[in-house]
Amino acid sequence: MTYSFELPLLLLLLLTAGAAIVAKDLLSAVLLLGSYSFFLALVWAWLGAVDVAFVEAVVGAGLATVFFLLTLFNAGKGGIRFRKASPPLAALFVLPLLAGLLLYAANDLPQFGDPQAPASVHISPEYLTKAYAETETTNIVTAVLMDYRALDTLVETVVVFTSGIACWLLLRRGSE
Amino acid sequence: MNLSLLLVLDVLAVLIVLYLYRVVRGPTIFDRMLGLNGISTKAIILVVVIGTVYERVEVFVDISTGYALLNLVGALAIAKYLEQRGAP
Repeated sequence: MTYSFELPLLLLLLLTAGAAIVAKDLLSAVLLLGSYSFFLALVWAWLGAVDVAFVEAVVGAGLATVFFLLTLFNAGKGGIRFRKASPPLAALFVLPLLAGLLLYAANDLPQFGDPQAPASVHISPEYLTKAYAETETTNIVTAVLMDYRALDTLVETVVVFTSGIACWLLLRRGSE
Repeated sequence: MNLSLLLVLDVLAVLIVLYLYRVVRGPTIFDRMLGLNGISTKAIILVVVIGTVYERVEVFVDISTGYALLNLVGALAIAKYLEQRGAP
């Protein structure tokens, strides 16, 4: 019963992804990628990861589409070919193989929502019991983000800052 | 899980396919933009229905409102840009 709506969603996902690859011009490929992001967000919402769905919709469907379009138009008619080349033949053979390999590896993953999964028996109780004693932070999410994974968060901030600079440069050139 | 709600979900998915045809085949960029707009409208409704299935509507309504606002801003950005540059 739970699979009766996942199937149409995943089919739509495959359809938009394939259409974005075989689309004749880059402009329609960009818009198709936008609708692909919408479906991916719906899949996240269906799986219960609501915040991930929201980020996917905002960044994937909203911002990325606008930035792709900005890049296309700023590159001008000479800088970029609006008609794109067909994908190389080797990719058509190798990528399905890779997908098969990933599906084979996914067999070993724990069931969706399994309480006996390693992540929920091994790490989560550790954080829940020791977080306050070790970090003196009452909010456990903050403790994980800012204390246990401080280095990760630092590098993420660097990434966000760099992409912010890139976006600013892109938008500034657009307004000239 | 309610069967009629699942039926609604599937009907909406079929409706999305119709819009998708316009996005893929649309001769001009305006057809594609309108198709994308229609798809995101259906996505908003789908999110609310999914929330009803999970009986957590109040969370999902917030998200669908966010989708709607974002959709408006995105469409306006694309339209504004096409107005400035001229459609290719």
